[in-house]
Amino acid sequence: MSSVSEYRKQEESVTMAPLHEQVASQVEEVGERSEELLTLNMGPHHPATHGVLRLLISLDGEVVRDIKPIVGYVHTGIEKTAEDKSYWKAIPVVERMDYLAYYFNAQAFCGATEALLGLEVPRRAQYLRVIHLELNRIMSHLVWLGTSALDLGAMSMFWYGFREKETVLDLFEMSSGQRMHTRYFQVGGVIEDIPSGFEQKVRDFCALMPTRVDQYSDLLARNEIVLRRLRHVCPLDAETLLSLGVTGPLLRAAGNAWDLRKAMPYSCYDEFDFAIAVGTEGDNYDRFAVRLVEIKESVKIIEQALDGLPEGAWMTPDRKVALPPRHELATSMEAVIHQFKLVTEGFRVPPGEVYFPIESPRGELGCYVRSDGSSKPARVHMRDPSFVNLQAFAAMCKDAYIADLIATLAMLDPILGGIDR
Amino acid sequence: MEVIRQPLGRPSEGSPQDPSDLRVRQMRARDMLRGDLEGEELDKYVEERVLTTTMEKAFNWARSNSLFPATFGLACCAIEMMSIVASRVDAARFGFEAFRATPRQADMLILSGRISIKMAPAVRRIYDQMLEPKWAIAMGACSSSMGVFNNYAIVPADKFMPVDVHVPGCPPRPEALMHGVLKLRQMVKDDPDMGWRRRYEARGTEELLRDRDATTDPAVNVFQPGDTAGA
Repeated sequence: MSSVSEYRKQEESVTMAPLHEQVASQVEEVGERSEELLTLNMGPHHPATHGVLRLLISLDGEVVRDIKPIVGYVHTGIEKTAEDKSYWKAIPVVERMDYLAYYFNAQAFCGATEALLGLEVPRRAQYLRVIHLELNRIMSHLVWLGTSALDLGAMSMFWYGFREKETVLDLFEMSSGQRMHTRYFQVGGVIEDIPSGFEQKVRDFCALMPTRVDQYSDLLARNEIVLRRLRHVCPLDAETLLSLGVTGPLLRAAGNAWDLRKAMPYSCYDEFDFAIAVGTEGDNYDRFAVRLVEIKESVKIIEQALDGLPEGAWMTPDRKVALPPRHELATSMEAVIHQFKLVTEGFRVPPGEVYFPIESPRGELGCYVRSDGSSKPARVHMRDPSFVNLQAFAAMCKDAYIADLIATLAMLDPILGGIDR
Repeated sequence: MEVIRQPLGRPSEGSPQDPSDLRVRQMRARDMLRGDLEGEELDKYVEERVLTTTMEKAFNWARSNSLFPATFGLACCAIEMMSIVASRVDAARFGFEAFRATPRQADMLILSGRISIKMAPAVRRIYDQMLEPKWAIAMGACSSSMGVFNNYAIVPADKFMPVDVHVPGCPPRPEALMHGVLKLRQMVKDDPDMGWRRRYEARGTEELLRDRDATTDPAVNVFQPGDTAGA
């Protein structure tokens, strides 16, 4: 009952004093109570968390004092499931971790397995891989751009971003038959050669994409609202980012030009001429601008890969790893035996362990595989960049407004499938 | 509903008073609004234009063409779910582009992706918070049958909530999801009783219970006046 009387007292104390006096007294009151923190739960169902991330935010008024991310809401047990499958059957499950970078997941896992096997991947396969990886990077950045702009209130960017995203998915469908989770890469190469007409379509896309990026830039980077929400908002310096293990566009936005494609070239990335986009300040605007430039650089890599696409096999000739061609099954007994062994048991991998890092759209995506000599991996672990990058979120958003937290989370670009696995 | 395309302009020569002529009908409507039609002419006008149906059918027609999905993405399928709103498939053609961020304003839940055991209570809670009538679509293999994973972490949606339409695929194409939504639309329009309540014989789960004795007013609130249990 005391609360009611308190309320009554408050109600009776309303005066008709001049407004500026009232405001002054209210400000004083707020100042007295400012030590009290409000804990706000955000997620796991929240449209701005890009998935099912849950955040416990400690708020001081409108200012964020601390963030505790709670993950695990899409934990799928993919690493455990991969241990239960033979190497080439584990590729589809591994692909579904970071669901916007499925070619990268497959590349990391296949690259690790190839390193264990000591397998040489044909050059045509390497070039085809690079083409698809870079198309995937563009696609991932387009989804990021569309949804992030949506979080900032720019609805139309979503339509434009998804228009080009659909074009990329059409290309994936053309080469592999699936839009997402294509299982195009496999241990020893790629599953099939690109169909006729694919090259021309990719070239058309490459001709179009840089102008589209300029259009996005005109649409967003000259928009006063977008600029105010991104510029000088939630910066973090490169040293802190490195100490937290952050890689990818977030680190490059802070001025550190660390990109595994240049630093430790895998596949055939050392044969291409491209630039690494770096920012200066490490704020949200740099994170945004770096990704836009990356789309253009990816287009350059794809064009070079198409120009220099070597002829030849797209799959290793090693019959202990690669399935025999379909036509041989009718004529060769040996081919039937190989087919049977590969499909039922799979190939055996010599014992050992390997860590194979690649540069995914979000940073260093490493695949650790340990083999015990059997046809199934003893352990598969992914070092997913989204998971590590999320650690920097609290440091970025400390003492920022809660509205900037949404913009920062969008620019962080976490993929919960990769975080929880 | 049939769409008849006719060129605007003067009525055709042969039948100047053909009632199916768009121009003639427009003129008649103008006359009616002005109050120029009287007696037999007015009766004929009303007879031609008024459509009678039951309230229930009219509601179902309206509901089926304005499904509001909840903004709720789980995993890979969410990317394809976003594509149905984008320009190629364009769900706005069928009236369900208005994604609602709060379950209180949504009447369709698309389970777009894998549901882990940790997430299942939250999903169920979101579904419970939605107001009747509500529908659910399980999109993709994971939320229907645990899909390629089929392990300790995933739970199919049917285990903890009613699902009206399952869309197969891993992930389903946007067109496939669209087909599922249109199936649901048809179900809502034609036979809403074919929803999960009828199929699972889930009696007594309605938020608005039908009074067994009173046959006249089916919408009786189970919470009596003054009862704050449901507040």
